[in-house]
Amino acid sequence: MSQDKKIIVTLGTCGISAGAAKLAEELKSKNNVTVKTTSCIGLCALEPTVFVEHGSKITAFSDVRPGTKDVDLLVQFHKTGTLDAEFGKKVIYDGDRTKINEVLFKGQKRIVLRNAGWVDPLNIDDYIARGGYSFKATKEQIFDVVKNSGLRGRGGAGFPTYKKWEILAAQRSDEKYIVCNGDEGDPGAFMDRAVLEGDPHSVLEGMQIACFAAGATKCFIYVRAEYPLAVRTIKQAIKDATVRGFLPVPVEVREGAGAFVCGEETALIASIEGRRGMPRMRPPYPAESGLWGKPTIINNVETFAALPWICTHPGEYEKIGYKNSKGTKVFALAGKVKKGGLVEVPFGLTLRDLIYNVGGGVIGSGVFRAVQLGGPSGGCLPDSKLDLPIDYEALKESGAIVGSGGAVIMDDTSCMVDIARFFLSFTSKESCGKCTFCRVGTTRMLDVLDKISKGKATQKDMETLNELSEAVSKLSLCGLGQTAPNPVLTTLKYFAEEYKEHIEHKKCRAGICAALFVYEIDEQKCVKCKACVKVCPVEAISKDIKIDQAKCIKCGQCFKVCKFSSVLKG
Amino acid sequence: MNDKLINLLQLAQSKHGYVSEDAIQAISDQYGIPKAKIYGVATFYSQFRLKPLGRNTIKVCRGTACHVAGSLDLANSIRNMLGLKEHEDTTKDLKFTVEEVACLGCCSLSPAVMINEDVYAHVTEESIKKMLVNYK
Repeated sequence: MSQDKKIIVTLGTCGISAGAAKLAEELKSKNNVTVKTTSCIGLCALEPTVFVEHGSKITAFSDVRPGTKDVDLLVQFHKTGTLDAEFGKKVIYDGDRTKINEVLFKGQKRIVLRNAGWVDPLNIDDYIARGGYSFKATKEQIFDVVKNSGLRGRGGAGFPTYKKWEILAAQRSDEKYIVCNGDEGDPGAFMDRAVLEGDPHSVLEGMQIACFAAGATKCFIYVRAEYPLAVRTIKQAIKDATVRGFLPVPVEVREGAGAFVCGEETALIASIEGRRGMPRMRPPYPAESGLWGKPTIINNVETFAALPWICTHPGEYEKIGYKNSKGTKVFALAGKVKKGGLVEVPFGLTLRDLIYNVGGGVIGSGVFRAVQLGGPSGGCLPDSKLDLPIDYEALKESGAIVGSGGAVIMDDTSCMVDIARFFLSFTSKESCGKCTFCRVGTTRMLDVLDKISKGKATQKDMETLNELSEAVSKLSLCGLGQTAPNPVLTTLKYFAEEYKEHIEHKKCRAGICAALFVYEIDEQKCVKCKACVKVCPVEAISKDIKIDQAKCIKCGQCFKVCKFSSVLKG
Repeated sequence: MNDKLINLLQLAQSKHGYVSEDAIQAISDQYGIPKAKIYGVATFYSQFRLKPLGRNTIKVCRGTACHVAGSLDLANSIRNMLGLKEHEDTTKDLKFTVEEVACLGCCSLSPAVMINEDVYAHVTEESIKKMLVNYK
């Protein structure tokens, strides 16, 4: 079999959990089949995805199940070109390899994700073959290109990248450090994981470019311990690149240990130093005094991954984007969206286009309720704000943020009070406890939200909530506390009627806040099959099918199991 | 050597499943780090456990996408299934430990559950019941 005929299986965390690793093993066991494994291509909702490559032609399949006849049908197609009619329904692309992005990633512009799914992350030659590690320029040239590109830090705050470098370059010190922040803690964001798992060498090359330009002597990559595959992949990539001499500035991996606040730069530094990850006052900024008191700059994984492309395409990055937000941003689309996964879009695209064109629209009930952007520091936006462009400034004005790029789409089965409460319970748990406003403030805010969700709040509580929000955002020490009220403030602003219903009418329209609804049996419809009696974990349903409200914990099992819609929720 | 402390604790935990009193003492003796400081770091990070762990760890993702997909109910069902009471996280036979984690970063797979190092997608009460049988 000629080398240009092969089957590519994408093995990201998403793909593996959908069975892709088993699928790859099964395919490898077949005779005369060349199997290549790559990483996440971003089509998480369609996994396991498989690409059959015949020279310049590619046929892509979604949802190929290991241990089923799919495998033989795929091999048959690979060897003979005959496609089974039923299996053919799983084709998501068939055509020239150069056109695949336009079809599968319509509306996207893939720069950070340029190699995602096309390189074997553990094969350095794959990366080199796609132009990696070939860039050479002087410090001045790099500075010029990056400054002109308008690249801003992709970790959330959006600080111009070249400015950080300028400050570092100006410091006088025998040691200077660059840290790659891969402590992706925002619930709802997973682009850093995907890049580290899928294209580790672009991060390493970006870091070397930054080190060379800004004069750093050592780099660290701080990765969450919750990402075991990412940790293994980046460590292997460092070994391979070191052997080839591509890493003149040494790189060391440090694993985080599960603390959201360590995404904040001074806390991250404390954590690398082996201390409790607590932020400190700034100034001095880390660029002046950071890791072990030496000048240190911290950039996000996505920022580094974009750098090799920016440097090898001078003058192009700034042509993409909108006002002061140049280039592209990777978003992690999740929740009730049809094509969930990783997408990379140019700044300036509207949120509506992001959700409906790129994401394929709303699933679940199909009724759009809100999009949550930027995780616990971000906010929920309603339909009326969907025509806003994706832009650091425009989104900030709306109360949400671009942030790390998490975008969770919600339908009308989500309760906005519950979402605010969810984020506050997250931030209050993750507050490091150093400053009073964050530690006590978020806890008190959570108390009020708890009261609202139980239908026990009054108008006075709403005033307290507003007051607390203002105090916590103004007086907290670090970004965690300063932005913690955002989910509350945006839901109060855009979904005020839901709060009102909870307080005045003791109603939760989405049926989420357990204290505000009960389950009852519709005796007209009930056929006494006792399915509900069996599933009830607390034996709250009697043999004659009556729910004891005092015992009921509202887990909803009876509601789910009933085939006759005779369990009512109201 | 203090900067290796987190790494040392991770090593201790990967060996024994948790950070034992003995491990803290050993690190303190060998590296001259006060025990109070080690304890401070170990309690700050959610990864570290000071109590024995079950042979299998079930991590239920409580990130935003999973929350919207009903992961709280799922976590409660799993705890019920294993007969865990309110403040317990490990079964008496040390077979399973159930943890709720902030986000596994697999938001398109919601609700996601990680058992040991394997991530499972779109988990339901029925599907996890079947999976748990495979763990010893």
